[in-house]
Amino acid sequence: MSKKVPQEQYEKTLSYRLKVWLEGSKDLYVGNLEMKPQSLPEENEETRQLRRRDEQRMRAHVYDMEHNREMGLFKKLYRIFSVLFCVFLVVMLLIGVADLPPFGNADNPVNNEVSRRYIENGLQETGAVNIVTGMILDYRAFDTLGESHVLFIATCTVLILLRVDQKKGRNGEKEAEVNDRAFEPKNDVILQTAARLLVPFIIIFGIYIILCGHLGPGGGFSGGAVIGAGLILYVSAFGFAKTERFFTAKTYKWMSFGALACYCLSKTYSFYTGANHIESVIPLGTPGAILSSGLILLLNICVGVVVAGTMYTFYVMFRKGGY
Amino acid sequence: MDFIRNFSFFSIVLSLFSGPLSSILGRKWAKRVNTAEIILLGLMSVAVLWYVLQTGEAFVYTMGHFPAPWGNEIRAGVLEAFMAAFFCLIMLLCMWGGVRERESEIEASKQNLYYIMVNLLLCSLLALIYTNDLFTAYVFVEINTISACGLIMIRQNGRTIEAATRYMIMSLLGSGLLLLGLCFLYDLTGHLLMSNIQEAVHALVANGQYQTPLLVSISLMCVGLAIKSALFPFHTWLPDAYGYSTVSSAAILSSLVSKGYIFLLVKIFYRVIGFDIISSSKVIHVLFAFGIAGMIVGSVDAIRENDIRRMIAYSSVAQIGYIYMGFGLGTTAGVIASIYHVVCHAATKSLLFIAASGITDVSGGSRHFEDLTGAGYRNKLAGVAFTVGSLSMVGVPMFAGFISKLYFAQAAVGHTVKMLPTLIALAISTILNAVYFMKTVIRLYTPVKDGEKKAGYGTITVRQQPVKAVALILFILLNVILGLNAEPVIGLIRTGLEMFS
Repeated sequence: MSKKVPQEQYEKTLSYRLKVWLEGSKDLYVGNLEMKPQSLPEENEETRQLRRRDEQRMRAHVYDMEHNREMGLFKKLYRIFSVLFCVFLVVMLLIGVADLPPFGNADNPVNNEVSRRYIENGLQETGAVNIVTGMILDYRAFDTLGESHVLFIATCTVLILLRVDQKKGRNGEKEAEVNDRAFEPKNDVILQTAARLLVPFIIIFGIYIILCGHLGPGGGFSGGAVIGAGLILYVSAFGFAKTERFFTAKTYKWMSFGALACYCLSKTYSFYTGANHIESVIPLGTPGAILSSGLILLLNICVGVVVAGTMYTFYVMFRKGGY
Repeated sequence: MDFIRNFSFFSIVLSLFSGPLSSILGRKWAKRVNTAEIILLGLMSVAVLWYVLQTGEAFVYTMGHFPAPWGNEIRAGVLEAFMAAFFCLIMLLCMWGGVRERESEIEASKQNLYYIMVNLLLCSLLALIYTNDLFTAYVFVEINTISACGLIMIRQNGRTIEAATRYMIMSLLGSGLLLLGLCFLYDLTGHLLMSNIQEAVHALVANGQYQTPLLVSISLMCVGLAIKSALFPFHTWLPDAYGYSTVSSAAILSSLVSKGYIFLLVKIFYRVIGFDIISSSKVIHVLFAFGIAGMIVGSVDAIRENDIRRMIAYSSVAQIGYIYMGFGLGTTAGVIASIYHVVCHAATKSLLFIAASGITDVSGGSRHFEDLTGAGYRNKLAGVAFTVGSLSMVGVPMFAGFISKLYFAQAAVGHTVKMLPTLIALAISTILNAVYFMKTVIRLYTPVKDGEKKAGYGTITVRQQPVKAVALILFILLNVILGLNAEPVIGLIRTGLEMFS
């Protein structure tokens, strides 16, 4: 009982496009994908020789063996000593490792009252079902506070190294766009379709990992990395014009400041009350519930925000040098 | 009264918080926040020092609701509080001394990033000083490394990028070795808290268990921290990093960053392993040998150098050698001399870097010796400051460097085997120091003949750069005070070390 549809209408359907694509009579990329062809600079015999000569001159200048006996000696000795040093280090470490307590033995020094309390009382004391989260965000929260600032300062260092100040005005933006497109294709249909399907799930999954960090495997670091990966996929599929609607340098600045300040202040409260033997007003809640385990959920969210921002910023800086 | 116990924790958290805070501020406000923060931190450290001296014993501060082996804790004694206060003072003066260079050499839009680096660097130094937990120390060593890289390369020219890359590679190697040593130690003792590790290590030594891994662990930690504090032969990253970065970075790196690691090493010696075990182990002989080699090699390199900034940087290699030589003596007297030298070198080297920038400013920006002739007349205060710094480094009485050399010699005299090498190395190194520092000072005060005046020779008076002048004058005062009245500082260090155990 098939109904004959007019040719024009048929050409708009999905099955027709699939058929065309399978037959190979139409390439989806043609007319859509914009990409600068990357070509090496043209070379003939003359330029090649010129290049070789330059390289040799540079090498002769940098490693001036004739006028610099020390350098030659150094290069030879360097090879010998580096091998010797590595062998020495390897042997030393192997000897050290060979005498360590056997792995997995119950009498090892590491199986002491410290780990016992983490395992036995972790749930009651921190309220986190996931003991690891309880350890890093409650027992030893100060280390993790430092660790999240490591990420922050790493981003700042990358900003110092790679951020280029955008030229103001319309031309500047256009130029940045053209430069960005030099190595990245635009309107890649496959990537865009995949990204459209995957990105929501990736980001939701990342949020899930962060929010359930105290209930099961996961937490701020891993969840933040997943969200960051989702953002990176999105920006490589759709370009900066779309992400800049919700993520700019300003967003990152306030986001990381907010998260770190929140972490810092909430933990300051808990450190202060702990050290001065003041009862903390933060309830632990019922273990297993989403709103439980005191500050851990909040801290996981803060860490997740910082990690996601860091990952995305790294990508953006290495690709374009600005948001 | 007891509220002062919170101050050591507050000072860490405050500097940690001011890092992200500077990222949302403009450069002017970031600078104000930075200055205010350093002053506040210094005052709080002084208060902690006062409190500890009053009570006469160190206190631990539990970070959170869980006591020590489970949670984190910090510990403040006399030495910790004194070092914290001193580092804050030096940091403040370094920031003041380089303010003009910083503002002209760094892109305006990146200047607030500089303050983030400085704030977090100070935070990591304070945490390294106060921490009572080895893993916390490692986390803050990471912050310290990354921020030091940022400080080097924020003045962007090719050489700083190269220097920062070198610094990063060497420094990460050091961190890696430190981490390995830490893992070994954790595997052997099952603890990360310093006092618990010490108990466990003493039990191991008494039973004669696991001696090889223990030795490997100690040597890995020593080598890791030696690389990070530029002990010869790991000093190759140093001259470029100190020589080409902006002047306050160079001053901070030479006087604070490497000293933070050295202080951590002292803590490892006294609080983690126990000094009796360290002084009977063979690791300190290695440190002693390389310390002495560093004293000589660093000075010889400095004599051969034609660039004033790099010369001062090479001089740092020699001074780090002194410090490790003091550790290598294996006596408490040696360690006291080393810690005093840490203090004196921090006060002197930053003075020299800042004075050198004042000297090169009036010599057309050139750092080569032939262009520096007569610069002491063109910028009088910088000339005087450089002279004071040189005299102190050479070890002339009345200045800080003399006292530390005296204490090194005194510490060596008590030692049967190491006395002769130490005294000979001290003598040779002093002569070499005198050669290159006096060469510079004489050149600074050689008048320029009329025909030889070069383009770019200008004069700078105190009025034109008041902030820098204040920093230089305070540095000079600090050097003279440390030189004339060293007893209180030595006393503090001695009580502090007693409190360590």
